Amino acid sequence: MKNINGARIILEILYRHDLNTVFGYPGGAVIPLYDALYDYKDKIRHIFTRHEQGATHAADGYARISKKTGVSIATSGPGATNTVTGIMTAHMDSTPLLVITGQVPSTSLGSDAFQESDITGISLPITKHSYLVRTIEDLPRILKEAIYLTNIGRPGPVLVDIPKNIQLQEISYEKFEQLYQAENNPTSTYQHLYDSPETRSIELMVDMIKKSERPIILSGNGIVKSKAQETLKKVIRKFDIPMTSTLLGLGTLPHHDIHNLHMLGMHGTPYANYAVDEADLVIALGMRFDDRVTGDVQKFCKNAKIIHIDIDEAEINKIKEVDLHIVGDLNCILKKLLKSPHEKQHPKWMDRISELKNKFPLSREFSTDEISPQHLISKISQITKGEAIICTDVGQHQMWTAQYYEFNRPNSIATSGGAGTMGFGLPAAIGAKLANPDREVVAIVGDGGFQMNSQELMTISQYNLDIKIIIVNNSFLGMVRQWQEMFHDRRYSFVDLEINPDFTALGKAYRIDSYRAENIDLLDDLLKKAFEVEKPILIDCVVTREENIFPMIPSGKSVHEMILSKEDR
Amino acid sequence: MREYQVLVIMKDIPGVLSKISGLFSKRGFNINGITSGVSERDGFFRMTISVIGNKKIIEQIKKQVAKLVDVVEVQIFDKERTIKRELILVKIKTNFKTRSELIEVADIFKGKIIDISHESLIIELIGDLDKIDGFLRLIQKFEVLEISRTGITAMHRGEKQ
Repeated sequence: MKNINGARIILEILYRHDLNTVFGYPGGAVIPLYDALYDYKDKIRHIFTRHEQGATHAADGYARISKKTGVSIATSGPGATNTVTGIMTAHMDSTPLLVITGQVPSTSLGSDAFQESDITGISLPITKHSYLVRTIEDLPRILKEAIYLTNIGRPGPVLVDIPKNIQLQEISYEKFEQLYQAENNPTSTYQHLYDSPETRSIELMVDMIKKSERPIILSGNGIVKSKAQETLKKVIRKFDIPMTSTLLGLGTLPHHDIHNLHMLGMHGTPYANYAVDEADLVIALGMRFDDRVTGDVQKFCKNAKIIHIDIDEAEINKIKEVDLHIVGDLNCILKKLLKSPHEKQHPKWMDRISELKNKFPLSREFSTDEISPQHLISKISQITKGEAIICTDVGQHQMWTAQYYEFNRPNSIATSGGAGTMGFGLPAAIGAKLANPDREVVAIVGDGGFQMNSQELMTISQYNLDIKIIIVNNSFLGMVRQWQEMFHDRRYSFVDLEINPDFTALGKAYRIDSYRAENIDLLDDLLKKAFEVEKPILIDCVVTREENIFPMIPSGKSVHEMILSKEDR
Repeated sequence: MREYQVLVIMKDIPGVLSKISGLFSKRGFNINGITSGVSERDGFFRMTISVIGNKKIIEQIKKQVAKLVDVVEVQIFDKERTIKRELILVKIKTNFKTRSELIEVADIFKGKIIDISHESLIIELIGDLDKIDGFLRLIQKFEVLEISRTGITAMHRGEKQ
């Protein structure tokens, strides 16, 4: 009878769960795992990133686009702690992520051994669940459970810490199969979330929609996670309800759909924010009333009744008291709503929506002497017809992307929303491209965030990933600079990046074709050419240095205090 | 705002206590005390957590704790039909003059003298919050050397016919 060791068990279980792409970085405590990978080359594709944070963000980007669980591997100690920002990013945006970390041998645990860190302790507040594997017999059950937990209910990151000696320890194949087959679901139950919702709740909801004259849908990440975009589209048509999205919810409706009000919130469109304020019924779907969405919570949609549907019961009444709530999977619930015999048209309200859209459009008057960041994003949007997958960091470039990239397809954005992680965009694009090689992938990053994970250029180059890297370079930490300008009398404190490196030289150092665009003609030409070739291209776009992002509802304020433009201040 | 007791039943596995306490500190919930131990079910741990909050906060606590994967049950104790008990040990400095008075006080509260020496004695007392507070107020006039309290443990009363 042949034996199987812990390391092989890990890979065998990943393979059996169709998790055939993993991102990682070797190290002492995962040498057995990497040794086993050598034999699993045909079954599992391992992407060698250049930093564990990069691996975790790449796995996150992969998960966001593929909807499968993203897997990252790191060694113990610093390897494990380097995954922390990635785990937190995934946690805040409910990404299904399996983080496998090596650990010092279980016999050395707690002795401050070389490269020992208490990663289950460190990651405790930012994981959905975590495990420290104590015996090889536990390993199959724990891995199965961990994979299951990442993507059931509200998705999230699960960490499994595996001591090196357990990776090396062997059990018989027979024993492994027996342990693997055993029924061993975790104590928590999730099945009820996927059952058909109570008829009564659906009737109440339909009733509220029928009585409403000015309903609006707030669509969030939950719609994406439950793959409910198509169902939601039908709901919107059936009941004739306009829809606005959170940052992570963008892309459900084509950009120019009459029901699409685009993003709401701090830097949302004025028409979305005004419509929410005028609405008499707010239907919040898979969103959590984040402060960047609501501003002053008391004044947020204060004239409206609220229906909240979410898979996480803890989100109900957490920030905003609601009139009706349903807990469960959005796709199941919306499908049941579609079966309702009732329909509704809101012609007067839709007229008002058009009026708001016409009266308060996003500004299209861009400077022509310099490259304005808004022009840059619009141009990318035009060339890719709003059909690319866009990955960003956090900050001004992220908000301009949300405003000016005209998303026409679902599952097209991988951006760090809740966490607001600089350095997310570039590695996330690696994951996104591997998840969907047929789609155009663009990493739109700021010159600040780009430098936080620029080592991943090497990964892009090594695997020849067709990613277009657009650096929105204003030589500032733009968003902080804007706040310093607006709220701190222009006392610019440590936001000036005038002494940036030569990004084209950096790109070339990693053997990526790299260009610098300093004027509009050159930019338009470079962009056009970049999307004609199937290989990575980096374009360092020099944009207006002190451009601000408007509209803006200052932190904690309401829609009535929205600043529409520079002149409006 | 008042004190609530929350019942949590969870799998008895390593690290489970830190998961609970970690959640409370992360969410900014105010813990007054935790008591915990094994329960009637093999492999399951039972905790009584005392927290300060209002109805909204307590609802949040309940939902957030319920999300922890190892937790199988969360309940807010109903004030009206709950038995709450705490055990305290108090070491008090005594001499032949104060000793008998102290024993008398302990007797009134149904406390037990569990250790006695020339210099001090230890009283063990079990009771609800009112009783314990009352006792602690009365012994203030003596020289208290040490107090150890277990925190509140609680249980719902049986259903009345």
